[in-house]
Amino acid sequence: MSDSTSSSILQEVQPQKPWVNRRQSVRELARPVGIAVLAASVIVLVTGLAGPLGFYLAFIVSFIVVSFIDGMRHDKVKAIDKVMTTLVTAGFATAFIPWASILFTVFQRGASAIYLGYFTHDMAYTSADDELGMGGLSHALVGSLLILLMASVIAIPFGVVTALYITEIKGKLSGVVRVIIQSMSGVPSIVAGLFVYAVVVSRYSFSGIAGALALSILMLPTVARTSEEVLKLVPDDLRSSAYALGASQMATTFRIVLPTARSGLITASMLGLARVAGETAPLILTAYYSAVYSLKITGQPLASLPMYIFQNFSTGTDTALTRAWGGAAVLLSFIFILFIIARVVGRGSRK
Amino acid sequence: MSIATVEKPTAAEPPRRSITNQRNASDKRFRAVVTSGAMFAFVVLALIAGFLLFRGYEVFREFGFGFLTSSTWDSGTGESLQGASYGVAAMLVGSIIVALMAMIIALPFVIGTSLFLEYYIGKKIRAVLVSILDLMAAIPSIIYGLWGYLVLMPHAAGWASTINKYFGWIPIFKVDVKNFDASPFISALVLGLMIIPIASSVTREVYSRAPQDQISAAYALGGSRWGALKAVVLPFGRSGLIGGMLLGLGRALGETVAVLLTLNLVFKVKFQVLASAGGNVASLIASRFGEAGPSEIKALMAAGLVLFTLTLLVNFGASIIVSRSAKVSQ
Repeated sequence: MSDSTSSSILQEVQPQKPWVNRRQSVRELARPVGIAVLAASVIVLVTGLAGPLGFYLAFIVSFIVVSFIDGMRHDKVKAIDKVMTTLVTAGFATAFIPWASILFTVFQRGASAIYLGYFTHDMAYTSADDELGMGGLSHALVGSLLILLMASVIAIPFGVVTALYITEIKGKLSGVVRVIIQSMSGVPSIVAGLFVYAVVVSRYSFSGIAGALALSILMLPTVARTSEEVLKLVPDDLRSSAYALGASQMATTFRIVLPTARSGLITASMLGLARVAGETAPLILTAYYSAVYSLKITGQPLASLPMYIFQNFSTGTDTALTRAWGGAAVLLSFIFILFIIARVVGRGSRK
Repeated sequence: MSIATVEKPTAAEPPRRSITNQRNASDKRFRAVVTSGAMFAFVVLALIAGFLLFRGYEVFREFGFGFLTSSTWDSGTGESLQGASYGVAAMLVGSIIVALMAMIIALPFVIGTSLFLEYYIGKKIRAVLVSILDLMAAIPSIIYGLWGYLVLMPHAAGWASTINKYFGWIPIFKVDVKNFDASPFISALVLGLMIIPIASSVTREVYSRAPQDQISAAYALGGSRWGALKAVVLPFGRSGLIGGMLLGLGRALGETVAVLLTLNLVFKVKFQVLASAGGNVASLIASRFGEAGPSEIKALMAAGLVLFTLTLLVNFGASIIVSRSAKVSQ
């Protein structure tokens, strides 16, 4: 941070990548693409490859051949470069096909389950096999919100405090704490559920609180790591100025550092929430599932969106599966909204 | 005399502040509170290990090392461990097979994605694509599982059948019964897809720190873009790639629901990855949990401890490799 003023001049002449992505290269692409499409069509017609995926595969293969031949008009180096460009781009593009398929399927199939009452009814008097115009997921939505709220109450303060320890206190154990947070982010979600089952559920009963405890274990590392990144961005000049004015470290932290990083900390919390909002495995062992709308967080199972999807999937009939897709669409929208909030708030902080 | 003392009030002068580098009491308290708060994560990790050991130690005492080498899962009367027989060998081997296959499937896409985002497109498009990638990392595993079972499986079973047809002579691609649904191969496809964004975000980060002057030098010497990447970026980013893949491996080993929905659990050590039978520790816990009696719960706790230890080791290795690569590049 301290060298930010001296490097500001240097930043203007930052080294650039030696190659340029030229505009005209798009025009140059037209011919090889055309040839590859033709070749791919022939391959699909002649061989066993079929369907859009078969065509895609044939296209990639023929494009590799075409770009190699195209490059060989110059030399071998150029040819290999062109082939690798194709491969790298294909590696990236291919990964997006399944994701596009996931998004498309979730919202297309989910749409047929969603109607206005979907958000106001529960499944107390409706079985998963009943018509789609009946029942809904109000119980799961409210349950999820309650569980996430409780999980945040635990995970966000501890996550931020952990980050404060690393950035403000700079204690001897900072390195150790960072490794522990790293290890904690690798705790399998089912193990977190098993732990809370052993400590809480086996003694009392399935409950929303137990679910929240399990999720907070999974949420803490995300909040801690993102908060650490954010707190590191607070300029040291601000801290020094506060100390120079005679502020104690506590006052500096609470009145200077945290307010400066506020929007970043909100982003950290949203990312943590998005990370755990879809967790299913720990909830099977802790909050379980109930078909009835309820706000009671102790003593009885509490529904949640992931468990709603899981239950309907386990039922397995066509209507139940459509309900599962409906739940998936709601859950995914919820997570995307959290993400967008995180992005918008985070962008605001950088200005 | 008396007038002079009235005109000179002594109380107005503030007490002289002592200059010290000692922290005051409230700061000491503040630091103590934050420090103990930071220990929370450590306490939780220790508690998890402790409680799983506490609940599962009877199982380890009863079956000893056999818990890791046997594959029978029989709850007997369900009340005590005496008549029962538990072993996670098949599940453990299955977990490792599925996770390793997921890594192999994901690896080319991780490299492709990282290189493409860092060296093949402009800054503006990159920012958009990176946030899409982050979004994909946030898709819940149950949705991956749902999609894997209902959308991917019909396709993937066909691919598996094709692989079996042409490469069936390789032992791992052999199948006894021609049923390709719910195989380790399909679970690995889903898991591979899940770890691409996780692994490539780490890899991309390290690739982006490759020394610019060396890239320019490679280019200036007449190398192509790929030549520069091969000579500079790939060797430089190797440890980042390994670390990122290990993080993905940890995630794949511990993943529950996506595997539960796409894998047919069978209590037998099998290496036929295309056949409709496999094992997975995490899915075992989730699937047996519902109807488990007291003795089986203990066995599941022990299985959880095995899984916890395994993922902890993998993640620990990953974080060491990543932090080392970060140090080298700074």
